[in-house]
Amino acid sequence: MSDLTHLTIAAALDGLAAKKFSARELGEAHLGAMAKHKKLNAYITETPETALQQADASDKRRAAGKAGALDGIPLGIKDLFCTEGVLTTAGSHILDGFKPTYESTVTRNLFNAGAVMLGKLNLDEFAMGSSNKTSYYGSVVNPWKRTGDNTDLVPGGSSGGSAAAVAARIAMGATGTDTGGSIRQPAALTGTVGIKPTYGRCSRWGIVAFASSLDQAGPIARSVEDCAIMLGAMAGHDPKDSTSVEMAVPDFRRALTGDIRGLRIGIPREYRVNGMSAEIDALWAQGAEWLKVQGAELKEISLPHTKYALPTYYIIAPAEASSNLARYDGVRFGLRVPGNSLDEMYELTRAAGFGKEVKRRILIGTYVLSAGYYDAYYLQAQRVRALILKDFTEAFKDVDVILTPSTPSAAFGFHENEDDPVQMYLNDVFTVTVNLAGLPGISVPAGLDAKGLPLGLQLIGRAFDEETLLRTAGVLERCADFTALPAGV
Amino acid sequence: MSLDSKTVARIATLARIRVPETDLPGLAQELSGIMTWIEQLNEVDTRGVQPMSGVLARDMPRRADVVNDGGDPQKVLANAPEPAHGFFTVPKVIE
Repeated sequence: MSDLTHLTIAAALDGLAAKKFSARELGEAHLGAMAKHKKLNAYITETPETALQQADASDKRRAAGKAGALDGIPLGIKDLFCTEGVLTTAGSHILDGFKPTYESTVTRNLFNAGAVMLGKLNLDEFAMGSSNKTSYYGSVVNPWKRTGDNTDLVPGGSSGGSAAAVAARIAMGATGTDTGGSIRQPAALTGTVGIKPTYGRCSRWGIVAFASSLDQAGPIARSVEDCAIMLGAMAGHDPKDSTSVEMAVPDFRRALTGDIRGLRIGIPREYRVNGMSAEIDALWAQGAEWLKVQGAELKEISLPHTKYALPTYYIIAPAEASSNLARYDGVRFGLRVPGNSLDEMYELTRAAGFGKEVKRRILIGTYVLSAGYYDAYYLQAQRVRALILKDFTEAFKDVDVILTPSTPSAAFGFHENEDDPVQMYLNDVFTVTVNLAGLPGISVPAGLDAKGLPLGLQLIGRAFDEETLLRTAGVLERCADFTALPAGV
Repeated sequence: MSLDSKTVARIATLARIRVPETDLPGLAQELSGIMTWIEQLNEVDTRGVQPMSGVLARDMPRRADVVNDGGDPQKVLANAPEPAHGFFTVPKVIE
Protein backbone atom coordinates (compact mmCIF):
# COMPACT_ATOMS: atom_id res chain seq x y z
CA MET A 1 0.00 0.00 0.00
CA SER A 2 2.96 2.34 -0.57
CA ASP A 3 0.83 4.48 -2.87
CA LEU A 4 -0.91 5.73 0.27
CA THR A 5 2.19 7.79 1.01
CA HIS A 6 1.77 9.63 -2.30
CA LEU A 7 -1.69 10.98 -1.49
CA THR A 8 -2.22 14.60 -0.60
CA ILE A 9 -3.73 15.32 2.82
CA ALA A 10 -6.96 16.35 1.10
CA ALA A 11 -7.14 13.06 -0.83
CA ALA A 12 -6.24 11.03 2.27
CA LEU A 13 -9.03 12.71 4.25
CA ASP A 14 -11.47 11.79 1.46
CA GLY A 15 -10.17 8.21 1.43
CA LEU A 16 -10.49 7.91 5.20
CA ALA A 17 -14.01 9.34 5.08
CA ALA A 18 -14.98 6.87 2.32
CA LYS A 19 -13.46 3.99 4.36
CA LYS A 20 -11.10 3.09 1.50
CA PHE A 21 -8.36 2.66 4.12
CA SER A 22 -7.93 3.17 7.83
CA ALA A 23 -5.77 5.65 9.72
CA ARG A 24 -3.77 2.65 10.92
CA GLU A 25 -3.05 1.55 7.33
CA LEU A 26 -2.09 5.10 6.44
CA GLY A 27 0.22 5.31 9.46
CA GLU A 28 1.79 1.91 8.77
CA ALA A 29 2.44 2.84 5.12
CA HIS A 30 4.35 5.90 6.29
CA LEU A 31 6.30 4.05 8.97
CA GLY A 32 7.30 1.54 6.28
CA ALA A 33 8.46 4.30 3.95
CA MET A 34 10.41 5.93 6.80
CA ALA A 35 12.34 2.69 7.29
CA LYS A 36 13.37 2.76 3.62
CA HIS A 37 14.59 6.36 3.70
CA LYS A 38 16.71 6.39 6.84
CA LYS A 39 19.69 7.65 4.83
CA LEU A 40 17.98 11.01 4.43
CA ASN A 41 18.38 11.50 8.21
CA ALA A 42 15.13 13.48 8.20
CA TYR A 43 13.95 12.28 11.60
CA ILE A 44 15.88 12.75 14.83
CA THR A 45 13.34 10.69 16.80
CA GLU A 46 10.77 8.33 15.30
CA THR A 47 7.65 7.68 17.36
CA PRO A 48 6.02 4.59 15.78
CA GLU A 49 4.21 3.47 18.96
CA THR A 50 2.66 6.89 19.45
CA ALA A 51 1.74 7.01 15.76
CA LEU A 52 -0.09 3.70 15.82
CA GLN A 53 -1.87 4.47 19.10
CA GLN A 54 -3.01 7.80 17.70
CA ALA A 55 -4.05 6.14 14.43
CA ASP A 56 -6.15 3.53 16.26
CA ALA A 57 -7.77 6.26 18.34
CA SER A 58 -8.47 8.16 15.13
CA ASP A 59 -10.15 5.16 13.53
CA LYS A 60 -12.39 4.87 16.59
CA ARG A 61 -13.31 8.55 16.49
CA ARG A 62 -14.12 8.32 12.81
CA ALA A 63 -16.29 5.23 13.37
CA ALA A 64 -18.14 7.21 16.05
CA GLY A 65 -18.67 10.09 13.62
CA LYS A 66 -16.39 12.43 15.57
CA ALA A 67 -13.48 12.89 13.14
CA GLY A 68 -11.55 16.18 13.32
CA ALA A 69 -10.13 18.32 10.51
CA LEU A 70 -6.91 16.29 10.27
CA ASP A 71 -8.11 13.01 11.72
CA GLY A 72 -5.73 10.16 10.94
CA ILE A 73 -3.25 12.26 8.94
CA PRO A 74 0.39 11.25 9.65
CA LEU A 75 2.59 14.29 10.17
CA GLY A 76 6.20 14.97 11.08
CA ILE A 77 6.92 17.57 13.76
CA LYS A 78 9.96 19.83 13.53
CA ASP A 79 12.09 19.10 16.57
CA LEU A 80 11.75 22.70 17.74
CA PHE A 81 8.20 22.05 19.01
CA CYS A 82 8.02 20.76 22.58
CA THR A 83 6.16 17.46 22.65
CA GLU A 84 5.13 16.05 26.00
CA GLY A 85 7.25 13.08 27.04
CA VAL A 86 9.07 12.93 23.67
CA LEU A 87 12.71 13.98 23.30
CA THR A 88 12.92 17.56 22.00
CA THR A 89 16.40 18.61 20.87
CA ALA A 90 16.24 21.77 18.72
CA GLY A 91 19.05 20.00 16.83
CA SER A 92 21.40 20.89 19.69
CA HIS A 93 23.68 18.95 22.01
CA ILE A 94 22.76 21.36 24.81
CA LEU A 95 19.23 19.91 25.06
CA ASP A 96 20.52 16.36 25.59
CA GLY A 97 17.82 14.16 27.05
CA PHE A 98 15.22 16.95 27.29
CA LYS A 99 11.71 15.50 27.44
CA PRO A 100 9.23 18.34 27.92
CA THR A 101 6.50 17.89 30.51
CA TYR A 102 4.15 19.98 28.38
CA GLU A 103 2.91 20.15 24.80
CA SER A 104 3.40 23.16 22.49
CA THR A 105 0.15 24.89 21.58
CA VAL A 106 0.58 24.22 17.85
CA THR A 107 1.14 20.47 18.29
CA ARG A 108 -1.68 20.37 20.84
CA ASN A 109 -3.95 22.01 18.24
CA LEU A 110 -2.88 19.47 15.60
CA PHE A 111 -3.50 16.51 17.91
CA ASN A 112 -6.88 17.97 18.89
CA ALA A 113 -7.70 17.96 15.17
CA GLY A 114 -6.80 14.24 15.06
CA ALA A 115 -3.29 14.38 13.57
CA VAL A 116 -0.92 11.43 14.00
CA MET A 117 2.74 12.09 14.91
CA LEU A 118 5.34 10.02 13.03
CA GLY A 119 8.30 11.59 14.79
CA LYS A 120 10.46 14.64 15.36
CA LEU A 121 12.18 16.14 12.34
CA ASN A 122 15.78 17.25 12.00
CA LEU A 123 16.69 20.93 11.69
CA ASP A 124 19.56 23.36 11.85
CA GLU A 125 20.65 23.83 15.46
CA PHE A 126 18.16 26.20 17.12
CA ALA A 127 16.80 26.83 13.60
CA MET A 128 19.93 28.78 12.69
CA GLY A 129 20.91 27.86 9.17
CA SER A 130 19.91 27.50 5.54
CA SER A 131 21.32 24.05 4.79
CA ASN A 132 20.57 21.79 7.77
CA LYS A 133 24.29 21.30 8.19
CA THR A 134 24.40 22.82 11.66
CA SER A 135 22.34 20.07 13.33
CA TYR A 136 24.11 18.18 16.13
CA TYR A 137 22.30 15.11 14.78
CA GLY A 138 23.94 15.33 11.35
CA SER A 139 22.86 16.82 8.05
CA VAL A 140 19.62 15.98 6.29
CA VAL A 141 19.99 14.84 2.68
CA ASN A 142 17.70 16.32 0.05
CA PRO A 143 15.83 13.51 -1.75
CA TRP A 144 16.39 15.44 -4.99
CA LYS A 145 19.56 14.90 -7.03
CA ARG A 146 20.91 16.69 -10.09
CA THR A 147 20.17 14.71 -13.26
CA GLY A 148 22.93 12.16 -13.88
CA ASP A 149 24.84 13.25 -10.77
CA ASN A 150 24.69 11.36 -7.51
CA THR A 151 26.10 14.15 -5.32
CA ASP A 152 24.11 14.62 -2.13
CA LEU A 153 22.48 18.04 -1.89
CA VAL A 154 21.22 20.03 1.08
CA PRO A 155 17.46 20.28 1.66
CA GLY A 156 17.72 23.90 2.80
CA GLY A 157 17.04 25.02 6.32
CA SER A 158 16.28 25.37 8.96
CA SER A 159 13.15 23.20 8.46
CA GLY A 160 15.21 20.87 6.24
CA GLY A 161 14.03 17.65 7.88
CA SER A 162 10.42 18.79 7.46
CA ALA A 163 10.85 19.64 3.78
CA ALA A 164 12.89 16.50 2.96
CA ALA A 165 10.36 14.24 4.72
CA VAL A 166 7.40 15.75 2.87
CA ALA A 167 9.25 15.55 -0.48
CA ALA A 168 10.33 11.94 0.16
CA ARG A 169 6.76 10.92 1.08
CA ILE A 170 7.74 9.93 4.62
CA ALA A 171 5.34 12.51 6.10
CA MET A 172 2.13 13.75 4.56
CA GLY A 173 2.81 17.19 5.94
CA ALA A 174 5.10 18.66 8.55
CA THR A 175 5.33 21.58 10.90
CA GLY A 176 8.05 24.13 10.33
CA THR A 177 9.11 27.43 11.81
CA ASP A 178 10.31 30.45 9.88
CA THR A 179 12.45 33.24 11.35
CA GLY A 180 14.16 34.42 8.14
CA GLY A 181 13.00 31.91 5.53
CA SER A 182 13.23 28.58 7.34
CA ILE A 183 9.93 27.26 5.93
CA ARG A 184 9.95 28.83 2.46
CA GLN A 185 13.61 28.25 1.50
CA PRO A 186 13.63 24.48 2.24
CA ALA A 187 10.18 24.16 0.61
CA ALA A 188 11.62 25.76 -2.54
CA LEU A 189 14.69 23.48 -2.51
CA THR A 190 12.59 20.31 -2.18
CA GLY A 191 9.64 20.99 -4.52
CA THR A 192 7.15 21.34 -1.65
CA VAL A 193 4.77 24.09 -0.56
CA GLY A 194 5.51 26.03 2.62
CA ILE A 195 3.68 28.96 4.17
CA LYS A 196 4.85 31.30 6.90
CA PRO A 197 1.67 32.91 8.19
CA THR A 198 1.39 36.44 9.54
CA TYR A 199 3.28 37.04 12.79
CA GLY A 200 0.74 36.39 15.54
CA ARG A 201 -1.37 33.88 13.59
CA CYS A 202 0.07 30.81 15.37
CA SER A 203 1.01 30.59 19.02
CA ARG A 204 4.73 30.43 19.73
CA TRP A 205 4.13 28.86 23.14
CA GLY A 206 6.18 25.69 23.54
CA ILE A 207 8.32 26.34 20.47
CA VAL A 208 12.01 26.64 21.33
CA ALA A 209 12.61 30.37 20.85
CA PHE A 210 15.19 31.75 18.41
CA ALA A 211 14.25 35.38 17.64
CA SER A 212 10.92 36.06 19.28
CA SER A 213 9.88 39.09 17.21
CA LEU A 214 10.41 37.11 13.97
CA ASP A 215 9.64 33.42 14.75
CA GLN A 216 6.42 32.01 13.36
CA ALA A 217 5.18 28.44 12.87
CA GLY A 218 3.65 27.16 9.65
CA PRO A 219 3.13 24.01 7.59
CA ILE A 220 5.09 22.36 4.79
CA ALA A 221 3.02 20.05 2.57
CA ARG A 222 2.68 18.91 -1.03
CA SER A 223 -0.11 21.21 -2.15
CA VAL A 224 -1.47 24.65 -1.39
CA GLU A 225 -4.73 23.06 -0.28
CA ASP A 226 -2.88 20.79 2.17
CA CYS A 227 -1.09 23.84 3.62
CA ALA A 228 -4.48 25.55 3.98
CA ILE A 229 -5.89 22.55 5.85
CA MET A 230 -2.89 22.28 8.17
CA LEU A 231 -2.64 26.01 8.85
CA GLY A 232 -6.31 26.08 9.79
CA ALA A 233 -5.62 23.48 12.48
CA MET A 234 -2.36 25.04 13.72
CA ALA A 235 -3.50 28.66 13.99
CA GLY A 236 -5.55 30.41 16.64
CA HIS A 237 -5.36 32.70 19.62
CA ASP A 238 -3.54 31.41 22.68
CA PRO A 239 -3.56 33.32 25.97
CA LYS A 240 -0.17 31.75 26.76
CA ASP A 241 1.48 33.74 23.92
CA SER A 242 0.81 37.44 24.34
CA THR A 243 1.80 38.04 20.69
CA SER A 244 -0.75 35.57 19.34
CA VAL A 245 -3.60 37.59 17.95
CA GLU A 246 -7.18 37.34 19.14
CA MET A 247 -8.76 36.90 15.75
CA ALA A 248 -10.98 34.20 14.27
CA VAL A 249 -9.19 31.66 12.05
CA PRO A 250 -10.76 31.81 8.59
CA ASP A 251 -11.61 28.64 6.64
CA PHE A 252 -8.45 28.78 4.55
CA ARG A 253 -9.47 25.88 2.35
CA ARG A 254 -12.58 27.76 1.26
CA ALA A 255 -10.41 30.68 0.19
CA LEU A 256 -9.07 28.55 -2.69
CA THR A 257 -11.64 29.66 -5.24
CA GLY A 258 -9.25 29.48 -8.19
CA ASP A 259 -10.33 32.94 -9.30
CA ILE A 260 -7.84 35.81 -9.26
CA ARG A 261 -9.46 38.03 -11.88
CA GLY A 262 -8.80 41.68 -11.13
CA LEU A 263 -6.21 40.93 -8.44
CA ARG A 264 -3.21 43.27 -8.56
CA ILE A 265 0.16 41.49 -8.42
CA GLY A 266 3.27 43.50 -7.53
CA ILE A 267 6.65 42.71 -9.07
CA PRO A 268 9.34 44.37 -6.91
CA ARG A 269 12.23 45.59 -9.04
CA GLU A 270 14.74 45.38 -6.16
CA TYR A 271 14.39 41.58 -6.08
CA ARG A 272 16.33 41.32 -9.33
CA VAL A 273 19.62 40.85 -7.47
CA ASN A 274 23.18 40.44 -8.71
CA GLY A 275 24.26 36.90 -9.32
CA MET A 276 20.73 35.52 -9.60
CA SER A 277 20.58 32.76 -12.19
CA ALA A 278 18.96 33.48 -15.56
CA GLU A 279 16.77 30.44 -14.98
CA ILE A 280 15.26 31.90 -11.84
CA ASP A 281 14.74 35.24 -13.55
CA ALA A 282 12.95 33.46 -16.41
CA LEU A 283 10.81 31.42 -14.02
CA TRP A 284 9.81 34.60 -12.19
CA ALA A 285 8.71 36.18 -15.50
CA GLN A 286 6.84 32.98 -16.36
CA GLY A 287 5.05 33.04 -12.99
CA ALA A 288 3.96 36.63 -13.59
CA GLU A 289 2.70 35.70 -17.06
CA TRP A 290 0.68 32.76 -15.65
CA LEU A 291 -1.05 35.03 -13.16
CA LYS A 292 -1.72 37.62 -15.88
CA VAL A 293 -3.29 35.03 -18.15
CA GLN A 294 -5.57 34.09 -15.23
CA GLY A 295 -6.87 37.63 -15.12
CA ALA A 296 -4.57 39.33 -12.62
CA GLU A 297 -3.05 42.71 -13.28
CA LEU A 298 0.74 43.04 -13.03
CA LYS A 299 2.33 46.15 -11.54
CA GLU A 300 5.99 46.94 -11.10
CA ILE A 301 6.58 48.13 -7.54
CA SER A 302 9.53 49.37 -5.53
CA LEU A 303 10.65 48.14 -2.11
CA PRO A 304 13.66 50.44 -1.79
CA HIS A 305 15.14 49.09 1.45
CA THR A 306 15.26 45.45 0.30
CA LYS A 307 19.07 45.32 0.17
CA TYR A 308 19.28 46.26 3.84
CA ALA A 309 16.98 43.48 5.04
CA LEU A 310 19.65 40.80 5.52
CA PRO A 311 22.11 42.96 7.48
CA THR A 312 19.17 44.22 9.57
CA TYR A 313 18.15 40.63 10.24
CA TYR A 314 21.71 39.68 11.23
CA ILE A 315 21.60 42.25 14.01
CA ILE A 316 18.06 41.72 15.25
CA ALA A 317 17.94 37.91 15.11
CA PRO A 318 21.30 37.32 16.88
CA ALA A 319 20.45 40.01 19.46
CA GLU A 320 17.18 38.28 20.33
CA ALA A 321 18.85 34.86 20.17
CA SER A 322 21.63 35.85 22.56
CA SER A 323 18.94 36.76 25.07
CA ASN A 324 16.69 33.74 24.41
CA LEU A 325 19.55 31.25 24.56
CA ALA A 326 20.79 32.57 27.90
CA ARG A 327 18.48 30.00 29.50
CA TYR A 328 20.73 27.09 28.43
CA ASP A 329 23.09 27.12 31.37
CA GLY A 330 23.20 23.54 32.62
CA VAL A 331 20.98 24.23 35.63
CA ARG A 332 17.40 23.33 34.78
CA PHE A 333 17.50 21.01 31.76
CA GLY A 334 19.75 19.43 29.17
CA LEU A 335 23.52 19.15 29.18
CA ARG A 336 25.64 20.03 32.21
CA VAL A 337 29.43 20.08 32.15
CA PRO A 338 30.74 20.27 35.75
CA GLY A 339 32.85 23.23 36.78
CA ASN A 340 34.52 24.45 39.95
CA SER A 341 32.38 27.56 40.09
CA LEU A 342 28.95 28.52 38.82
CA ASP A 343 30.46 30.69 36.07
CA GLU A 344 32.83 27.94 35.02
CA MET A 345 29.94 25.48 34.82
CA TYR A 346 27.98 27.93 32.64
CA GLU A 347 30.96 28.58 30.36
CA LEU A 348 31.96 24.94 29.94
CA THR A 349 28.37 23.77 29.44
CA ARG A 350 27.69 26.39 26.77
CA ALA A 351 31.06 25.81 25.07
CA ALA A 352 30.35 22.08 24.77
CA GLY A 353 26.62 22.33 24.12
CA PHE A 354 26.38 24.92 21.35
CA GLY A 355 27.66 24.39 17.81
CA LYS A 356 29.79 26.78 15.81
CA GLU A 357 27.01 28.75 14.07
CA VAL A 358 24.98 29.14 17.26
CA LYS A 359 28.03 30.45 19.14
CA ARG A 360 28.79 32.84 16.30
CA ARG A 361 25.30 34.29 16.49
CA ILE A 362 25.25 34.51 20.29
CA LEU A 363 28.56 36.39 20.16
CA ILE A 364 27.30 38.79 17.44
CA GLY A 365 24.12 39.34 19.45
CA THR A 366 26.04 39.96 22.66
CA TYR A 367 28.32 42.38 20.84
CA VAL A 368 25.57 44.49 19.22
CA LEU A 369 23.70 44.71 22.53
CA SER A 370 26.78 45.59 24.58
CA ALA A 371 27.45 49.03 26.03
CA GLY A 372 28.78 51.44 23.44
CA TYR A 373 27.40 49.52 20.44
CA TYR A 374 23.70 49.31 21.24
CA ASP A 375 22.75 52.61 19.57
CA ALA A 376 25.03 52.22 16.56
CA TYR A 377 23.94 48.69 15.69
CA TYR A 378 20.80 47.54 17.44
CA LEU A 379 18.78 50.76 17.38
CA GLN A 380 19.88 51.52 13.81
CA ALA A 381 18.73 48.02 12.74
CA GLN A 382 15.37 48.54 14.46
CA ARG A 383 14.97 51.83 12.58
CA VAL A 384 15.81 50.23 9.23
CA ARG A 385 13.32 47.49 10.08
CA ALA A 386 10.65 50.19 10.41
CA LEU A 387 11.59 51.45 6.92
CA ILE A 388 11.34 47.93 5.47
CA LEU A 389 7.83 47.58 6.91
CA LYS A 390 6.94 51.01 5.49
CA ASP A 391 8.10 49.88 2.02
CA PHE A 392 5.54 47.07 2.16
CA THR A 393 2.79 49.24 3.62
CA GLU A 394 3.25 51.67 0.71
CA ALA A 395 3.38 48.88 -1.88
CA PHE A 396 0.19 47.26 -0.58
CA LYS A 397 -1.71 50.47 -1.31
CA ASP A 398 -1.37 49.59 -5.01
CA VAL A 399 -1.21 45.80 -5.08
CA ASP A 400 -2.88 42.84 -3.34
CA VAL A 401 -0.10 40.26 -3.52
CA ILE A 402 3.62 40.42 -4.36
CA LEU A 403 5.41 37.82 -6.54
CA THR A 404 9.14 37.10 -6.13
CA PRO A 405 11.50 34.13 -6.47
CA SER A 406 11.77 32.08 -3.26
CA THR A 407 15.54 31.60 -3.36
CA PRO A 408 18.50 32.87 -5.40
CA SER A 409 19.51 29.30 -6.39
CA ALA A 410 18.41 25.67 -6.41
CA ALA A 411 19.61 23.11 -3.82
CA PHE A 412 23.41 23.09 -3.42
CA GLY A 413 26.03 20.54 -2.38
CA PHE A 414 27.23 20.05 1.19
CA HIS A 415 30.58 21.71 0.59
CA GLU A 416 29.27 24.74 -1.30
CA ASN A 417 28.71 28.06 0.53
CA GLU A 418 30.91 26.73 3.29
CA ASP A 419 33.82 29.09 3.73
CA ASP A 420 32.04 32.37 4.21
CA PRO A 421 29.09 32.63 6.62
CA VAL A 422 27.78 35.66 4.70
CA GLN A 423 27.47 33.58 1.48
CA MET A 424 25.22 31.17 3.37
CA TYR A 425 23.17 34.05 4.83
CA LEU A 426 22.41 35.25 1.26
CA ASN A 427 20.13 32.23 0.76
CA ASP A 428 17.45 34.13 2.65
CA VAL A 429 17.70 37.31 0.58
CA PHE A 430 14.13 37.01 -0.79
CA THR A 431 12.45 35.61 2.30
CA VAL A 432 13.85 37.62 5.21
CA THR A 433 12.02 40.88 4.42
CA VAL A 434 8.72 39.13 5.10
CA ASN A 435 9.75 38.19 8.66
CA LEU A 436 10.98 41.70 9.44
CA ALA A 437 7.61 43.08 8.28
CA GLY A 438 5.61 40.27 9.95
CA LEU A 439 3.77 39.43 6.71
CA PRO A 440 2.57 36.07 5.38
CA GLY A 441 4.62 34.45 2.60
CA ILE A 442 4.30 31.18 0.71
CA SER A 443 6.66 29.26 -1.57
CA VAL A 444 5.11 27.24 -4.39
CA PRO A 445 7.13 24.82 -6.57
CA ALA A 446 7.09 26.32 -10.05
CA GLY A 447 9.49 24.31 -12.20
CA LEU A 448 12.77 22.44 -12.57
CA ASP A 449 16.12 23.97 -13.46
CA ALA A 450 18.36 22.63 -16.25
CA LYS A 451 19.88 20.15 -13.78
CA GLY A 452 16.47 18.76 -12.82
CA LEU A 453 16.20 20.49 -9.44
CA PRO A 454 13.02 22.18 -8.18
CA LEU A 455 12.70 25.97 -8.02
CA GLY A 456 10.06 27.90 -6.12
CA LEU A 457 8.22 31.17 -6.46
CA GLN A 458 7.20 33.19 -3.43
CA LEU A 459 4.00 35.15 -2.91
CA ILE A 460 3.77 37.76 -0.16
CA GLY A 461 0.44 38.97 1.23
CA ARG A 462 -0.95 41.66 3.49
CA ALA A 463 -0.87 41.02 7.23
CA PHE A 464 -3.66 38.58 8.21
CA ASP A 465 -4.76 38.18 4.59
CA GLU A 466 -3.61 34.58 4.15
CA GLU A 467 -6.85 33.98 2.25
CA THR A 468 -5.87 36.14 -0.74
CA LEU A 469 -2.33 34.77 -0.50
CA LEU A 470 -3.52 31.13 -0.59
CA ARG A 471 -6.03 31.88 -3.37
CA THR A 472 -3.24 33.31 -5.54
CA ALA A 473 -0.89 30.46 -4.60
CA GLY A 474 -3.56 27.96 -5.63
CA VAL A 475 -3.76 29.53 -9.09
CA LEU A 476 0.04 29.68 -9.41
CA GLU A 477 0.21 26.00 -8.44
CA ARG A 478 -2.42 25.04 -11.04
CA CYS A 479 -0.54 26.93 -13.79
CA ALA A 480 2.88 25.52 -12.83
CA ASP A 481 1.44 21.99 -12.62
CA PHE A 482 4.53 20.73 -10.80
CA THR A 483 4.35 16.93 -10.82
CA ALA A 484 8.04 15.91 -10.82
CA LEU A 485 9.20 13.48 -8.14
CA PRO A 486 12.63 13.13 -6.55
CA ALA A 487 14.64 10.08 -7.64
CA GLY A 488 13.89 6.95 -5.63
CA VAL A 489 10.54 8.19 -4.30
CA MET B 1 34.46 47.22 11.85
CA SER B 2 37.20 44.95 12.95
CA LEU B 3 37.03 43.01 16.18
CA ASP B 4 40.26 42.02 17.87
CA SER B 5 40.90 38.94 19.99
CA LYS B 6 40.55 40.95 23.19
CA THR B 7 37.06 42.14 22.23
CA VAL B 8 36.00 38.62 21.29
CA ALA B 9 37.29 37.31 24.62
CA ARG B 10 35.26 39.99 26.40
CA ILE B 11 31.99 39.24 24.61
CA ALA B 12 32.56 35.49 25.04
CA THR B 13 32.79 36.12 28.79
CA LEU B 14 29.64 38.23 28.71
CA ALA B 15 27.90 35.39 26.83
CA ARG B 16 29.32 32.79 29.24
CA ILE B 17 30.87 30.71 26.46
CA ARG B 18 34.41 29.44 27.08
CA VAL B 19 36.54 30.06 23.99
CA PRO B 20 40.08 28.60 23.94
CA GLU B 21 42.77 31.27 23.50
CA THR B 22 43.92 29.66 20.24
CA ASP B 23 40.46 30.04 18.69
CA LEU B 24 40.22 33.78 19.36
CA PRO B 25 42.08 35.14 16.29
CA GLY B 26 40.09 32.99 13.84
CA LEU B 27 36.81 33.87 15.50
CA ALA B 28 37.75 37.57 15.53
CA GLN B 29 38.36 37.44 11.79
CA GLU B 30 35.04 35.67 11.12
CA LEU B 31 33.01 38.05 13.27
CA SER B 32 34.79 41.05 11.74
CA GLY B 33 33.76 39.81 8.28
CA ILE B 34 30.12 39.63 9.35
CA MET B 35 30.21 43.03 11.10
CA THR B 36 31.83 44.68 8.07
CA TRP B 37 29.03 43.35 5.87
CA ILE B 38 26.46 44.60 8.39
CA GLU B 39 27.93 48.11 8.39
CA GLN B 40 26.21 48.99 5.14
CA LEU B 41 23.25 49.83 7.39
CA ASN B 42 25.03 53.07 8.23
CA GLU B 43 24.22 54.33 4.72
CA VAL B 44 20.52 54.43 5.54
CA ASP B 45 19.15 57.78 6.63
CA THR B 46 17.03 56.94 9.68
CA ARG B 47 16.67 60.43 11.13
CA GLY B 48 13.24 60.76 12.70
CA VAL B 49 12.44 57.04 12.37
CA GLN B 50 11.22 55.30 15.52
CA PRO B 51 13.00 52.02 16.30
CA MET B 52 10.67 49.08 15.80
CA SER B 53 10.85 46.22 18.30
CA GLY B 54 8.00 44.18 16.88
CA VAL B 55 5.31 44.20 14.23
CA LEU B 56 2.21 44.21 16.40
CA ALA B 57 1.11 47.80 16.77
CA ARG B 58 -0.88 47.37 19.95
CA ASP B 59 -0.45 47.18 23.69
CA MET B 60 0.34 43.87 25.27
CA PRO B 61 -2.82 42.20 26.55
CA ARG B 62 -3.24 41.88 30.29
CA ARG B 63 -4.74 39.06 32.27
CA ALA B 64 -6.21 38.90 35.74
CA ASP B 65 -3.51 38.95 38.43
CA VAL B 66 -4.24 35.46 39.75
CA VAL B 67 -2.33 32.22 40.08
CA ASN B 68 -3.35 30.11 37.07
CA ASP B 69 -0.61 27.50 36.87
CA GLY B 70 2.04 25.83 38.98
CA GLY B 71 2.14 23.63 42.05
CA ASP B 72 3.94 20.88 40.17
CA PRO B 73 7.56 20.73 41.37
CA GLN B 74 8.08 17.21 39.97
CA LYS B 75 7.37 18.43 36.46
CA VAL B 76 9.55 21.50 36.91
CA LEU B 77 12.48 19.37 38.08
CA ALA B 78 11.90 16.47 35.70
CA ASN B 79 14.69 17.53 33.32
CA ALA B 80 17.14 18.98 35.82
CA PRO B 81 20.67 17.52 35.53
CA GLU B 82 21.18 17.01 39.28
CA PRO B 83 18.10 17.86 41.32
CA ALA B 84 18.27 17.32 45.08
CA HIS B 85 15.60 17.54 47.79
CA GLY B 86 13.17 19.26 45.46
CA PHE B 87 15.68 21.88 44.26
CA PHE B 88 17.91 22.63 41.29
CA THR B 89 21.55 22.40 42.27
CA VAL B 90 24.62 24.40 41.20
CA PRO B 91 28.28 24.43 42.28
CA LYS B 92 28.87 26.10 45.63
CA VAL B 93 28.63 29.89 45.32
CA ILE B 94 29.29 30.90 48.96
CA GLU B 95 32.48 29.86 50.71
